[in-house]
Amino acid sequence: MTAAVLALHQRLGSPPRLAYAGAGLSLFWLLVALTAPWLAPFDPIEQNLAATLLPPGGAHLLGTDNFGRDILARIIWGTRLDLQMGVFGVLFPLIIGTMIGAIAGYFGGIVDMLLMRLLDVTVSFPFLVLIIAIVATLGPGLASFYIALALVGWVSYARLVRSRFLVLKSADFVLAAHSLGFSHSRIVLHHILPNAIMPALVFSMSDAVIDVVLGASLSYLGLGIQPPTAEWGLMIAEGQNFIATAWWMTVFPGLAIVLLATGFSLLADGVAEHFGLRD
Amino acid sequence: MTLLAVNDLSVEFVTPGGRLRAVDGVSFELAEGEVLGLVGESGSGKTVACRSMLRLLPSERARIAGGEVLFEGRDLLHESEAQLRRLRGSRLAMIFQNPSTHLDPLMTVGRQVAEPLIYHEGLSSRDARLRAIELLRQVGIPDPAHNIDAYPHQFSGGMRQRAMIAGAIACRPQLLSADEPTTALDVTVQAQILRLLLELRDDSGLAIILVSHDLGVIASTCDRVAVMYAGRIMEQATKAELLRHPRHPYTAGLIASRPGDGARGQELRSIEGQLPALSALPAGCRFHPRCPHAEAVCRTGDLRPLAIDPTHTTACIRWREATAAA
Amino acid sequence: MHRFAFVLHRPLQLLPVLVGISIVTFVLVHAIPGDPVRLLLGARGTAETAAAIRAQYGLDQPVVVQYGYFIKNLLRGELGRSIIYKAPVLAVVVGRIVPTLFLLAYAVILSVLLAVALGSVAAARRGRLPDQAVRLFSTVGLGLPNFWLGIIFIMVLSLGLGWFPTSGYGNGFGQHLHHLFLPALTVAASMAPVLTRNLRASLIAESTADYVSAARAKGLPRHVIFFHHIFRNSLIPTVNLLGVNVGWLIGGTVVVENVFSIPGLGGLLVSSIFARDYLVVQSVTLILAIGVVLTNFLVDIATVALDPRIEP
Repeated sequence: MTAAVLALHQRLGSPPRLAYAGAGLSLFWLLVALTAPWLAPFDPIEQNLAATLLPPGGAHLLGTDNFGRDILARIIWGTRLDLQMGVFGVLFPLIIGTMIGAIAGYFGGIVDMLLMRLLDVTVSFPFLVLIIAIVATLGPGLASFYIALALVGWVSYARLVRSRFLVLKSADFVLAAHSLGFSHSRIVLHHILPNAIMPALVFSMSDAVIDVVLGASLSYLGLGIQPPTAEWGLMIAEGQNFIATAWWMTVFPGLAIVLLATGFSLLADGVAEHFGLRD
Repeated sequence: MTLLAVNDLSVEFVTPGGRLRAVDGVSFELAEGEVLGLVGESGSGKTVACRSMLRLLPSERARIAGGEVLFEGRDLLHESEAQLRRLRGSRLAMIFQNPSTHLDPLMTVGRQVAEPLIYHEGLSSRDARLRAIELLRQVGIPDPAHNIDAYPHQFSGGMRQRAMIAGAIACRPQLLSADEPTTALDVTVQAQILRLLLELRDDSGLAIILVSHDLGVIASTCDRVAVMYAGRIMEQATKAELLRHPRHPYTAGLIASRPGDGARGQELRSIEGQLPALSALPAGCRFHPRCPHAEAVCRTGDLRPLAIDPTHTTACIRWREATAAA
Repeated sequence: MHRFAFVLHRPLQLLPVLVGISIVTFVLVHAIPGDPVRLLLGARGTAETAAAIRAQYGLDQPVVVQYGYFIKNLLRGELGRSIIYKAPVLAVVVGRIVPTLFLLAYAVILSVLLAVALGSVAAARRGRLPDQAVRLFSTVGLGLPNFWLGIIFIMVLSLGLGWFPTSGYGNGFGQHLHHLFLPALTVAASMAPVLTRNLRASLIAESTADYVSAARAKGLPRHVIFFHHIFRNSLIPTVNLLGVNVGWLIGGTVVVENVFSIPGLGGLLVSSIFARDYLVVQSVTLILAIGVVLTNFLVDIATVALDPRIEP
């Protein structure tokens, strides 16, 4: 995703400094995720009962947990999952929502009406509650998380794309395409969609922030990634039993989430501002 | 007796490209019960001048660059903000061009009329409300006891302007400055509002500064007229004198371009060219690029108003030649 | 009162949404793999109770008929029996509503207070240090995981300084206020950034409005201009935003209730998932969705009350 963002930047000219900081931070985490096997000083899963609950410092820079596992190594390996949750968490809703929004906006009428009622029903549920309920139905795990997000998260994208389609479908260049006898699919895919998708893409960047936090929250609640895998939310849940004695178990994974989310947020802000889509 | 004396008032806008003088050395006087018209094209600085007297600058980038505004002998430009606040709305009031946006949409009309009474005269909400009903009646709003609880959007444009006037005169000010008060209104309503303003002047000796781009409005209302162009006053005289014997080619042009005033059958004339940008003011007389009588002398030097007689000044040094030619 | 009449038509428009909500919650339990009788009955259960369940839910009938049974039971207030609490689900759920409502209301109040304070300061000192700080807060705040923030609060303010209890709900109003302060603050911290950003923008936009010039020309004191005019006008979009985000707030309380062991719907939801007490999961989901719909209805009324321009 970072590569796509950078490509986007080149088209945009120069965004403000904070956006660059955000891009740098996102790139940093991407590199951490890619180089985890070489970067991590210890195995993230293997227990070492001789070195439990060691405070930060020495060989274990960020300390160890109650099984003697290195916190730094677990954070580094956890990057792979948490980054992935942000990216894939956005991808499926983006695709589904764009399709639904395009169909509703382009065809209008009864199709639009039915899809919008479906949207009304979906947004009536508290976002997280519906995600949790779907994950409960499907059974905990990463796959359930992605399916649940796809089923619930499409609404924002559908709204954004639909409203652009409603405007663009009667634009001059689209009417011209109709008069040339182009097919619906050609008009939608080649003429309207490229002009309609920008707000959705920009929104997807701040949506990724929410999905990172959401994935970590589900793991924290025990409904996402399962032990002994290294994942930040799960690490915080494991650390909560030791907050009186081993603060490092909780504090560092949380900081990792904040830093990743802030990177995405700053980037998203910069891009949104550049497009005049905020404030 | 002189109520207000504005001397050499200048206002600047601080922009990235430098300072722009929107008002440059404007001077005029106003007596009790007098109606002074400030006329000029939009962008001539008349609104900025009018607001600056109350130090209500239209933007954060505007600042007063010099001069004095003597109200009953006190220089308003050197009063503290707190002192000035006490004068605004009680001794000096103001009404605006667009009553729809100058009334708070979420507050009842009556409350907005009563506000100055509560904060300047310390009236209770109850007493202020009773006075507000009277004020609404005075400005000609029908069924004031009922309409006092209406919200601005429930009023017509004319009624909104009446309500704004009611709020402005609530504390019996000595001076009302009216910034294009009828521009946003229908023609028939315009006449009603202007008549209302004159009635208020006759009843309470209110002095009025009427800012307008419309010479017709000025002609039907004012005692004296000052013509502004590119931040300066070009000519100032009593209304009758100014309309009958304009001593500045710009004034003459304005009068000639008024529909229905020239000789029947005569083609309606307009002034060639347009108002110069503040960032590119011509040297010498600011009107000379558009002036049919301009000579070399008009292109140099700093041209300040000359007194022709005690009640008539013009900024045209060739006014004799120009008048003779016309 | 006639201005509010159109709001009262809303329940009729909401009917399709409520039907949709019931379908989704029905499908949620229906889609669980395995024998539905076992799911509804738990591991133990006699053949007779199994037959009774089958009859009550019409489990041997087609899906559409089963949905009919579901609605019929729902309208009678029969949400089934909890296999863990060995009690009617309705009784189990109802007892958990108040702590959640308390926490939600508390969080709304705190987030509005935070947004008003931060938004006003940022708008007044636009472009300067306080504004930058608030801006950073609203960017970072969006990515602040509330479960982690809650734990940090417990570490510092409960265990470290001993100002607040680490968990629970307490007895009586005063104790509720004390016990739920940190949970409410945690939920508010995820809502406040969005509200602050919005309120700051409205305050800045409204403070240049014409009616503000008019108020200054009337010589009104600064605080009157701010509170009576600028602030009231800025509040409408913020209240609407709060309404739109009520689902988000509820999601926050679900997580935070688990962090602070608060006996509310969120704690019940998660513990019931682990206990495979699916009827409770279904009912909590249903009730929270209805809560969102009701809140949006209330926000519509509030908007009409705040904005006289909205006419039927």
